[in-house]
Amino acid sequence: MIPRPFEYHAPTALPEVIALLGQYGDEAKLLAGGHSLLPMMKLRFAGPGHLIDLRKVAELKGIALVGGEIHIGAMTTENELIFSTLLAKHLPLLAEVARQIADPQVRYKGTLGGDISHGDPGNDHPAVMMAMDATFVLAGAHGERLVKASEFFHGLYDTALTPGEVMTQIRLPLPPAGTGSSYAKLKRKTGDYATAAAAAVVQVKNSVCVQARIALTNVGPTALLAGDAAASLVGKTIDEAAIGHAAALAMKICDPTPDLRGDEAYKTAMAGQMVERALRTAAARCAI
Amino acid sequence: MDQNVENQGRLEKLEGIGCSRKRREDPRFIQGKGNYVDDIKLPGMLFAVMVRSPYAHAKINSIDTSKAKAYPGVHAVLTAEDLKPLKLHWMPTLAGDVQAVLADGHVSFQNQEVAFVVADDRYIAADAAELVEVDYEELPVIVDPFKALAPDAPVIRPDLDGKDVGAHGARKHHNHIFNWQIGDKDKTDRAFSDAEVTVAQDMHYPRVHHCPLETCGSVASYDAIRGDLTVWITSQAPHVVRTVVGMLSSIPESKIRIISPDIGGGFGNKVGVYPGYVCAIVASIVLGRPVKWIESRSENLTTTAFARDYWMSGELAADKNGRIKALRVNVTADHGAFDACADPTKWPAGMFHVCTGSYDIPNAHVSVDGVYTNKFPGGVAYRCSFRVTEAVYLVERMIDVLAQKLGIDKAEIRKRNFIKHEQFPYLTPLGLEFDSGNYLPALDKVLDAVDYKALRAEQAQKRADPNCPTLMGIGITTFTEIVGAGPSKSCDILGIGMFDSCEIRVHPDGSAIARMGTISQGQGHQTTYAQIIASESGIAASQIAVEEGDTSTAPYGLGTYGSRSTPVAGAAVARASRKIREKARKIAAHLLEVSPDDLEFDLDQFKVKGNPAKTKSMKEIAWAAYNNVPEGMEMGLEAVDYYDPPNFTFPFGAYLCVLDVTKKTGETKVRRFYALDDCGTRINPMIIEGQIHGGLTEGFAVAMGQELPYDEQGNVLGGTLMDYFLPTSMETPHWETDFTVTPSPHHPIGAKGVAESPHVGSIPCFSSAMVDAFAHLGTTHFNMPYNSYRVWQHAQSLGI
Repeated sequence: MIPRPFEYHAPTALPEVIALLGQYGDEAKLLAGGHSLLPMMKLRFAGPGHLIDLRKVAELKGIALVGGEIHIGAMTTENELIFSTLLAKHLPLLAEVARQIADPQVRYKGTLGGDISHGDPGNDHPAVMMAMDATFVLAGAHGERLVKASEFFHGLYDTALTPGEVMTQIRLPLPPAGTGSSYAKLKRKTGDYATAAAAAVVQVKNSVCVQARIALTNVGPTALLAGDAAASLVGKTIDEAAIGHAAALAMKICDPTPDLRGDEAYKTAMAGQMVERALRTAAARCAI
Repeated sequence: MDQNVENQGRLEKLEGIGCSRKRREDPRFIQGKGNYVDDIKLPGMLFAVMVRSPYAHAKINSIDTSKAKAYPGVHAVLTAEDLKPLKLHWMPTLAGDVQAVLADGHVSFQNQEVAFVVADDRYIAADAAELVEVDYEELPVIVDPFKALAPDAPVIRPDLDGKDVGAHGARKHHNHIFNWQIGDKDKTDRAFSDAEVTVAQDMHYPRVHHCPLETCGSVASYDAIRGDLTVWITSQAPHVVRTVVGMLSSIPESKIRIISPDIGGGFGNKVGVYPGYVCAIVASIVLGRPVKWIESRSENLTTTAFARDYWMSGELAADKNGRIKALRVNVTADHGAFDACADPTKWPAGMFHVCTGSYDIPNAHVSVDGVYTNKFPGGVAYRCSFRVTEAVYLVERMIDVLAQKLGIDKAEIRKRNFIKHEQFPYLTPLGLEFDSGNYLPALDKVLDAVDYKALRAEQAQKRADPNCPTLMGIGITTFTEIVGAGPSKSCDILGIGMFDSCEIRVHPDGSAIARMGTISQGQGHQTTYAQIIASESGIAASQIAVEEGDTSTAPYGLGTYGSRSTPVAGAAVARASRKIREKARKIAAHLLEVSPDDLEFDLDQFKVKGNPAKTKSMKEIAWAAYNNVPEGMEMGLEAVDYYDPPNFTFPFGAYLCVLDVTKKTGETKVRRFYALDDCGTRINPMIIEGQIHGGLTEGFAVAMGQELPYDEQGNVLGGTLMDYFLPTSMETPHWETDFTVTPSPHHPIGAKGVAESPHVGSIPCFSSAMVDAFAHLGTTHFNMPYNSYRVWQHAQSLGI
């Protein structure tokens, strides 16, 4: 449990970060909360020569309401999500998911941007970001660009981030009135990745679903946007039949990797169960 | 002052037996001031890392250590070749086998010890370990003990080639370790032939690990000038380690000092001697500097002493009313690559023969076969006495299976078969004498407390409703443990009887120091031993320092495991205290100018019978012991006691569990767990409750999630805390505890031991409840652990 030797850098401003990334290229890794990277280094699965710690970069922190969007700095910790009054008012789903991640010690260090950028399908935020239709700000030597959550995740540990780029901000649209959301996660124990989990965001008008987004955690090489499942709800009352039908459609896109948490059949079935749970709760939360 | 009030005040000040005195250990632990092996830092100390085999079975063609040795900061890289001249490349195990200290041309489990890298610090050692180049030639792997016994199975232990007889008799196959039988086979077989009803059930007790929060490790420091070896080691049995180290090194025991500092949990994982300890000692002798070796979490989970991996086939013969006539058990025991169990020498299956349980079963026969596989060695106890968890699991599961077959309620069938109170002492058909027990009132108390009838009614209602999203299960166990190993006539380790000891010195000011051959790992010995001394000798517990774990100061003892501290060392404590009291009586008589017979002991003083105003307090007597003793008496006030128990003790309990299984996910919620324990005399009720909570939580962990599975290539899966289940407060159910008191008739204070009962008793109770949830669908058993995945698979197999 001892990592290979590495050089540690602690820049204090974003341009410095980008410069260091440019200087060390493939040899460098960005350190956010460290709860994914450091275990991999200690197990010697990863051995970056240079570690660039983002902890002191002030511009990567903070939660703000900007126009019709919530902007969250990539280095905002899970705990800051949980205790944000702004998020509690506008995007309670973020605190709900953060509470289901690991344990308080991890949540004091783990960050939203780190969780997303790592590209691990077991992480919880990617699916939530897809369900909330988030946009990510990526900064590099050539400036900033915006990438939709639904286009960010390319494969296992593979994202739209190109060498030299860093995720700086997460932008989330404010949900329209009548929206309810939920994240349902099945895990073996505190601190575990999901066996399967589902994020659901639904908007209901006059008892009819007008908009829905559903995304799944840890049942494929990336988080999965369950488009057909969500579309099947639109124009319908979200009742048990509709929920069951949506869950069945969501299960069709699952392609989980078997491990000690379960085989493909179990994980797929649990993805369906979590979609059902998330939808039931989300629908109940569509006040109006 | 009112006499009663005054007496009450003195009693409270004494803090003796029965008082919920706060743990004396806690102030240092909760303030981070404990002192564990990894806290030991010595001048010039080096750090070592083990190079381990990635393969479960391989021939080693060559080991090239040159690059590692050349790495700056590396002091030595040891392999078997370096240990051979010292004859330390192999070591004896406590089970009569030998184990490779460093692989001698062959590895037979994944992560087996191959080389030992010693460097300036642990970072350099870890980097250099990667530079050791080992040329492995892979061999076919066997992880299944039944396949290991196939005629053409690969040879797991080439070093045993041609050895047809092992430490426990004939070996019938090259991967066979022993066959051990007990009981009357013919009578048992006849009882089965004549029986009205028989049931049979196969069950697997999975391979699990104790996973103590502190992993194993040691610091060895050899002083070449004085010729002294000091080893700090996280050991449950420091004196046994000293004897083993003496045997291995030829250093006299008088020159070896083993110190067990604070221990972060042991549970049976820290009884044996591991290769890392031996290598650290050799490295310290060779290099003349202290050497520290500390396991990582994964090393702990995948190399040092697992528990269980028992494949058990049980059979019961009974009459139509459910009265049991005979028990027959066959076990295939997977011991891994070396037989490194820690059992009493004569009993290779430990005390598995307690498997007739709390029941009056006239006939029984047990046969156990030990088998080698390409898995890491162990088979030690895990919060239980030797193989007792396995035994209790077997009989508790079997009686449930019988109840189900006969349609008799699980509580009722137990009542029909209990050994009755008036039958004690009770000789079991497998040769154990149960000293005491009172099972029926214990079970009745539990059934009343939970309103058992109402629970069954609720269950019937839920079973009748096809739309109910959950399955409700009710589990019952009424277990008897066997602890306090043990009488030297039946129990020894390396030829040393399993006695234990206590030495007490009372200082002139009336305070005292007491030392024992045991070693606390969370049990609270510092607190509870002082309570025994307080009640027995009249010295307030607050005035008594309790020290354990340093072989240069503590009297020889066999250590702490198998709930033996209270039954064995606790008895020595009581008897040493009584010796102090009797000497004090003579001194008091001398001071008061009366005959010793005219005095009576009264809490913390002696008073003259019929003249209660004439007293001498223990404090006064202690002072006099150093200046004014009766003529002919030695000065001082000290006592030593080595206690060889006449029998084991037999704690028992009645547990009931209610759980709800979500049909569609397999998630299980333990709704209620009611645990009634009878550990005889209760020394500290608060500590007992804490022990029971801990044991129940570990039992819950085993039943619901702990497992170290292997793939066919011999890779151990789940060897990190990502997969291995350690429940936190979030997962742990609420525990309800209760008790009855049936003192042990042969123990000086009637105490029996308690810490392991909740583990032993709860695991079959969870199984009983889980099976009960599916019992109406024909399930009689399915194997642990009951994680959601496995429970869901079982539900699916039944078409739920």
